[in-house]
Amino acid sequence: MEELGFTVDDTVDITDVVCPVTFVKTKVALEELEDGQILDVHLNDGEPVQNVPRSVKDEGHRILKLTDNGDGTYELYVMKVGD
Amino acid sequence: MATDYATLKKGGFMRQKQKDHFSLRLSVVGGQVDAKQLAAITEVADKFGHGYIHLTSRQGIEIPFIRLEDIDEVKAALAEGGAKPGVCGPRVRTITACQGSEVCPNGCIETEKLARELNDRYFGQELPHKFKFGVTGCQNNCLKAEENDLGVKGGVQVSWQEDKCIQCGVCEKVCREGAVTIADGKVTVDQDKCNYCGRCAFSCPTDAYDTTPGYLVSFGGLFGNHINKGEEMLPFITDKETLFKICDAALSFFKENANAGERFKFTIDRIGKEKLQEKLNEAYDKKR
Repeated sequence: MEELGFTVDDTVDITDVVCPVTFVKTKVALEELEDGQILDVHLNDGEPVQNVPRSVKDEGHRILKLTDNGDGTYELYVMKVGD
Repeated sequence: MATDYATLKKGGFMRQKQKDHFSLRLSVVGGQVDAKQLAAITEVADKFGHGYIHLTSRQGIEIPFIRLEDIDEVKAALAEGGAKPGVCGPRVRTITACQGSEVCPNGCIETEKLARELNDRYFGQELPHKFKFGVTGCQNNCLKAEENDLGVKGGVQVSWQEDKCIQCGVCEKVCREGAVTIADGKVTVDQDKCNYCGRCAFSCPTDAYDTTPGYLVSFGGLFGNHINKGEEMLPFITDKETLFKICDAALSFFKENANAGERFKFTIDRIGKEKLQEKLNEAYDKKR
C-alpha cells in the first residue's frame, strides 16, 4: 500500500448503506473522534463518492486524500476539525 | 357604471366564474413573502375571501372570492401589511426565483437579489403579450429557467489553482460532464464540456478552484398551450450590467416585433432567430 503520510485512527465502511445514511454513518464515526484524528471512510463509486466528500467538507472537516481501490470502492481520509 | 375588467385584470384581479367575484393575484418577487405580508393576506382571505389562498404555479399567491365592492378596502388592508396586487395580461409578469446562493449550498448566484433587481427594472412593463422571467441558481434548475420567455441560470466559471491542490481526485469524480481530468499531477478542465455547475469547486477540500459566478440566459421558453424549451443563445455572462443589457435587448426586440397576443417564441420564429441573435450579440459585446 502506498505511503499515506499520516496515521488512520478509525475506519468506517459505508458501502453497505445508501444516501443519506452514508453521510450519517460518516458523521457518527467522526463524532467519536477527537479533533485532529483521522478517519478512513470506505465508500462506493457513484453517488457516495460524489456526495460524501462535499458533505464532510461542508461540516468543516478536512479531506486529506481520496484513493481509488480499483474495485468500485474508494478510501476517503478525513481529519476531524472541531469537537 | 360598466366594470372595467381590463383595468382590474391589470391590477391582478382575475375574474372568477362566480359573478362579481375575483381571485386577487398578489405581487410576489422571487417567491419571498414576509411574515407581515402573510398576516395581512391571512386577514384579507378571512374577512373578504373564503378563508384560504391559492398558490399559483409561478410562486404567486391568489386570494379567491374577493367581491367587486370590497376592492378598495382589500387593497388598503393589504397595503398595511406591505402586500399589493400583482399583474396579469400582456406585460412582464411575476419574476420567479429559487433561493440561490444566499441559502442553498448548490447556489452559484444571488437569485433573490437578482429577482428584485429584475422586478424593479421590468415588472409590469407593457408588452404585446405576457412575458415571464425566471431565475434559477444552478444547473439543478429547481426553478426551470427554460420554461420562461427569458430564463436566467446561475453558474460558476472555474479555474484550477495548482498550489492549493492536494491531488485528492474528488473533483474528477464529482464532475458529471466528464470535463475534469487529472494526469501527472495536473488538473485539466475542458471548457467545452464544462456546464458551469461548480461541483468541482464546491466539493474541493482545499478550495483549489477560483470561481467566477455568472449567468446562462435562455430565450423563448413557454409552457402553456404550446411548449417550447428556451434556448441559450449567448456564452456565459459574468457581469450583471451585461445581463441587464441583454434583457433590455430581448424586451425591445419583443416590443418592436411582436404581434398583439404573440408569445416571444413565436415572434422569434416569425422574425428570424438570427435577427434576435444580432441584437443579443450587440448587447453582449457592448460591455466587453
